[in-house]
Amino acid sequence: MLELCDITAGYDRRTPVVRGISLTVAPGEAVGLLGPSGCGKSTLARVAALLHRPDAGTVILDGEPARRWRHRAPRDLRTAFGVLFQQPRLSADPRLRLAELIAEPLRATGRRREIPARVGELADRVGLGPELLARRPHEVSDGQLQRACLARALVLRPPWLICDEMTAMLDASTTAALVAVVESYRRESGAGLLAVGHDRTLLTRWCDRTVRWAELGGSAERPRTR
Amino acid sequence: MTATHPGPAGSRPVLSVRGLSVRFRMPGGRSVAAVTDVTFAMAPGECLALVGESGCGKSVLASALLGLLPGNAQTAGRALLAAGSAETELLTASEAELARSVRGRRIGLVPQSPAAHLTPVRTVRSQLEETVKELTGITRRAELRAAAERAAGRAAFPPDHLDRHPHQLSGGLAQRAATALALVGDAPLLLADEPTTGLDRPLVDRTVDELKRHLGGDRALLMITHDLEAAERIADRVAVMYAGRIVELTDAPRFFGAPGPRHPYARGLLDALPGRAFAPLPGMPPELGALPDGCAFAARCDRATATCTTVPELHDGVACHHQVTAGKDARHA
Repeated sequence: MLELCDITAGYDRRTPVVRGISLTVAPGEAVGLLGPSGCGKSTLARVAALLHRPDAGTVILDGEPARRWRHRAPRDLRTAFGVLFQQPRLSADPRLRLAELIAEPLRATGRRREIPARVGELADRVGLGPELLARRPHEVSDGQLQRACLARALVLRPPWLICDEMTAMLDASTTAALVAVVESYRRESGAGLLAVGHDRTLLTRWCDRTVRWAELGGSAERPRTR
Repeated sequence: MTATHPGPAGSRPVLSVRGLSVRFRMPGGRSVAAVTDVTFAMAPGECLALVGESGCGKSVLASALLGLLPGNAQTAGRALLAAGSAETELLTASEAELARSVRGRRIGLVPQSPAAHLTPVRTVRSQLEETVKELTGITRRAELRAAAERAAGRAAFPPDHLDRHPHQLSGGLAQRAATALALVGDAPLLLADEPTTGLDRPLVDRTVDELKRHLGGDRALLMITHDLEAAERIADRVAVMYAGRIVELTDAPRFFGAPGPRHPYARGLLDALPGRAFAPLPGMPPELGALPDGCAFAARCDRATATCTTVPELHDGVACHHQVTAGKDARHA
């Protein structure tokens, strides 16, 4: 169970972006969080993935409250989340070939021996051939790079997936393909999913249930000025 | 397809593109066929949506029309801009001519990522004033200020945000700032390259509605997008591009409604929408540097046969040997 309890978070304590939001994702459940641009939903997704320390409130993962965030979080908590962001270009090291990009979490957690088998398996799954795996991010399209980022998010077999506007930059066919990969992974692993976005048609089609940001008790009226 | 165009009778096309191809010469003698044999025309008041997956050559086509291709590009074919007083052959026009009389004046560009298009170190007001000064010749300070505010108003950019820098704007406002800049020159052709990427649905709707509103009846809008819903909302006609070629060019109501797309690729792309079948097309588009000899879609197509080893011509708006016909193939949306 992933529980977000009364989360207040932001980048300036005087004007938090997220105020008093609570949300629960059961194991194996897919929850779609719908909200307009700038409402704070991406910040909440980062809090859920332990990538952003909230100003107040608790994140409880399987009964255990998270106490540390980002690189200070214990490794088994950090690696419990596979995260996908909207812009693959900003979340991929431009120096790494796609194969290295996918393998990086294994390398970082001292599981190099698993790299050849695991990278091959995931590359097949997301539809990247050997020729594409040898390229660097600037040599592939957004869709191809997001495929690699999805493989990277799945490489450690996380029990939780956080997808923040994963498909906003992608065309309809690539969107459908990546969602199908996420869903097949969830079917076999039982992973839970928090998908954040603004496309109601997509999230209602994709997720078991969708919640609107406004229903969560958060304040969405503050326009984003960044 | 023939050169005749189904636009308003008797009106001269604003832009007519015939047999346009773009090749990039790469190191080692390789070449990338980014755009191949593209033919279309745009009537005044018309909105044509050019749709396709990322990397299919849409943006290269836009760059070719504005003379913004990099040095290793070679173009063939014609692209005649008949808007305004003079006719200009865009592919052969000199840089000076493009800069003096085409960009901003006769073709307004709404760029792909407005945040990157705007100058980061200057306020929106100063960029608008500079553009107004350059394009309209107004030089008096007070007039310039008023004209810039009017330009902002046309794109529904809030006046109290004019003194902000681009990084202080949300995606939607940055988009409007860029649209305001594109509209300053009153260009008869607007070229919008993925104007809605990254915006949420209400903002997408508002952005494309605003673009459409600016057409008026005598201007044309070429909207390049991978967002089929945005295209459906405003387009009069749809051109589907695949691997550098236009594979279907048809009226928007027929494309999005009945009888639906006739090219298997276009049909698959539409069916991938979450509101429809939500089923991806198998595989990925071919590399533009290594295109197969025949139909580039054949490898992903369930209708492919031996005839697909030859490239199908665009005939009656479709380039396919085995096009979907309405009666025989029921929609599976």
